[in-house]
Amino acid sequence: MSEAVAQQTTEQEPEIDLSLANKIIDKYIDMPGNLMPVLQGAQDEYGYIPRAVADLIAERLNVYPSQIYGVLTFYAQFHLKPRGRFIIRVCVGTACHVQGAPRIVETFFDKLGIGHAETTPDLRYTFEKVACLGACGMAPLAMVNDATYGSMTVQKVDQIVTDYNQRPLK
Amino acid sequence: MSENAAIKILICQGTGGISMGAKEVEAAFVKHLAEKGVDALVGKRCDVIKTGCRGLCANDVLVDIITPEQGRVTYDFVKPEEVEQIIDEHIVNKSIMEKRKAKPYYNTFVDKQMRVVMTGCGQIDPDSLDAYKEEDGFKAIEKCVKSMKPEEVIEEVKKSGLRGRGGGGFPTGMKWSFCKASPGDHKYLICNADEGDPGAFMDRSLLEGDPYCIIEGMMIAAYAIGCDFGYVYVRAEYPLAVQRLQHAIDVCYEQGYLGKNIQGWGINFDMRIKMGAGAFVCGEETALMASIEGHRGMSRPRPPFPAVRGLWGYPTNINNVETFGNVRHIINKGSAWYASLGTETTKGTKIFAVTGKVKHTGLVEVPAGMKISEVIYDVCGGIANNRKFKAVQAGGPSGGCIPADILDTPVDYDSLIKAGAMMGSGGLVVMDETTCMVDVSRFFLNFTRMESCGKCVPCRIGLKVMLDILERITEGHGEISDIETLQDLGAAIKKASLCGLGQTAPNPILSTINYFRHEYEAHINDKRCPSNCCKELLLWQVVEDKCVKCGACKKACPVDAIVWEKGQLAFLDKEKCTKCKSCYDACRFMAIE
Repeated sequence: MSEAVAQQTTEQEPEIDLSLANKIIDKYIDMPGNLMPVLQGAQDEYGYIPRAVADLIAERLNVYPSQIYGVLTFYAQFHLKPRGRFIIRVCVGTACHVQGAPRIVETFFDKLGIGHAETTPDLRYTFEKVACLGACGMAPLAMVNDATYGSMTVQKVDQIVTDYNQRPLK
Repeated sequence: MSENAAIKILICQGTGGISMGAKEVEAAFVKHLAEKGVDALVGKRCDVIKTGCRGLCANDVLVDIITPEQGRVTYDFVKPEEVEQIIDEHIVNKSIMEKRKAKPYYNTFVDKQMRVVMTGCGQIDPDSLDAYKEEDGFKAIEKCVKSMKPEEVIEEVKKSGLRGRGGGGFPTGMKWSFCKASPGDHKYLICNADEGDPGAFMDRSLLEGDPYCIIEGMMIAAYAIGCDFGYVYVRAEYPLAVQRLQHAIDVCYEQGYLGKNIQGWGINFDMRIKMGAGAFVCGEETALMASIEGHRGMSRPRPPFPAVRGLWGYPTNINNVETFGNVRHIINKGSAWYASLGTETTKGTKIFAVTGKVKHTGLVEVPAGMKISEVIYDVCGGIANNRKFKAVQAGGPSGGCIPADILDTPVDYDSLIKAGAMMGSGGLVVMDETTCMVDVSRFFLNFTRMESCGKCVPCRIGLKVMLDILERITEGHGEISDIETLQDLGAAIKKASLCGLGQTAPNPILSTINYFRHEYEAHINDKRCPSNCCKELLLWQVVEDKCVKCGACKKACPVDAIVWEKGQLAFLDKEKCTKCKSCYDACRFMAIE
């Protein structure tokens, strides 16, 4: 699975439009501590941080690419590979854990055939376990992109996957 | 509110409210009010106002209607399709819809609390500066600038006894005076809103519900300490909080409450939001500063403390959101009033996020020193699903579990530490007889192990070794010597780790071994999980003399592994069973083991 994603990554790399990244860098170039906002902006723009963009940021902000790689891999929010069209997040915070989040996670694993922080080869789904989404009143909780699903059950996982399987990829 | 005021319709729009459809409810109110011409019908203006979180998120969407005749009436679980009827009966016909009104527990939930920091939350429109000013907004900073010297402000905060609400409980006034005493003209102020503790969401609710109050708190601190630049470090997982706070900051700049020479008072203060990127350790102050500077969020040894050498080497003062939320009330009402609340060592109120297996989950603000049992049973209605209380976890991954027999412990910093837990950020996760304490320990350790920044060895490797042992125990391969090994490792990690994350990470394990040693022993000696929680140790069968033949388990099973006919005992087909535990949770009679 991961090999397939890696191949796609290398295939897509040449198409990266660096002018978007340059615009983001222009915006923050004079600000102290600008590495994180620049990376966050690039992540929003591209959906992940392509290698070419990381190299460009290193060049223009005058930091080592290794330092950028360190930051990118330290924070959970940054991604080095393209992500799925639908990002499924299941909360595994304390409240959700005691209300049965583990079985929700495992059912998603079964249905999607991917594990934590992985993407399906067709780029439809990315699955993530996340710590507290701050809506503990509705535990256990799942999110697909911006839609929130509270009081999750194994049956509801079925419905969600069936529903999103039918949605267009674009 | 005055007699001839307009009718107000308050709709709770925190993250909880919005995900339950508060936006649709608001739209329905606006639409139906306009279509029916209700303003003209009742001869009063009807204002639909969005507010921040009211605390009882499990019952969203909450709608309060305030009319001169009926005063304030709360409806819960409001759906857009019910709105028309509510308008007709309540506003036009002036009769309360008794059936749809929130049940008496809502009043108990509200009345037992004491709202100081959260006064604005759920009452005012978080985007409106005017609404905030009506609630004495920016009066406290005005009072400071016009009639108090910076030293007097610090003295006032010291006298109030306010302690840091982020978890450590360091006296806030002292912290300010240290930073003020540091030499240099350029100092930074940071508001720590990296609320990563799973199960706590009071900082998020404050930022979403009353962002101006946090800005004012920071302005007062900046005036007292003598800094002119402040950062708010917010978790990336809180998009709504970021959006509301950014809006509030923009409005403050427009109206001259931020920037140069604020309101002509001769003080300068600039503010900026810094978004986190998903790292729990960034809640630790030195890691947080590293993150703002654009590095990996790794902590460093202290001293030097941030008050001496902080952000970019300048003296820096860091406080939690809730701490800043207290400040304006102390200035407005005086330190003597504040110090009269709470206990000898913990003054004021504390917001708790009560979650888990309790009837009414939500945010509650109570005077420090209230008993935990009162918080759980009186305010939040006790345990859900008719089950027995086992323990409450206080303080998140840094805290510990408090068992039933010391549930009368008051909620203040020192009593909680004595009980083996800690205040932390104020998460209270309630657990019933179906929660396994070994599994909970494993859960917390897994969390802290993943979030360890990896800089110091005791935390990075020690936690991993402890986790391996716990996993072995929950899988039924534990040895009796494991308990002692865990205790030894825990003590060593606490002593040797660099920052708060490692120094407190073993607490959940040590406290559960202390209070629930028998559960560890049952896992190790009998290879059984007394709470029927650890999958590998479950038998997956129906206990015949407990089964009441209700069929709830059959409905819950996603793979039809339960055979049941009306009036018959249920039977679990182990061939088909995927061990998902849905049936176990559905059974209210503990008949599956």
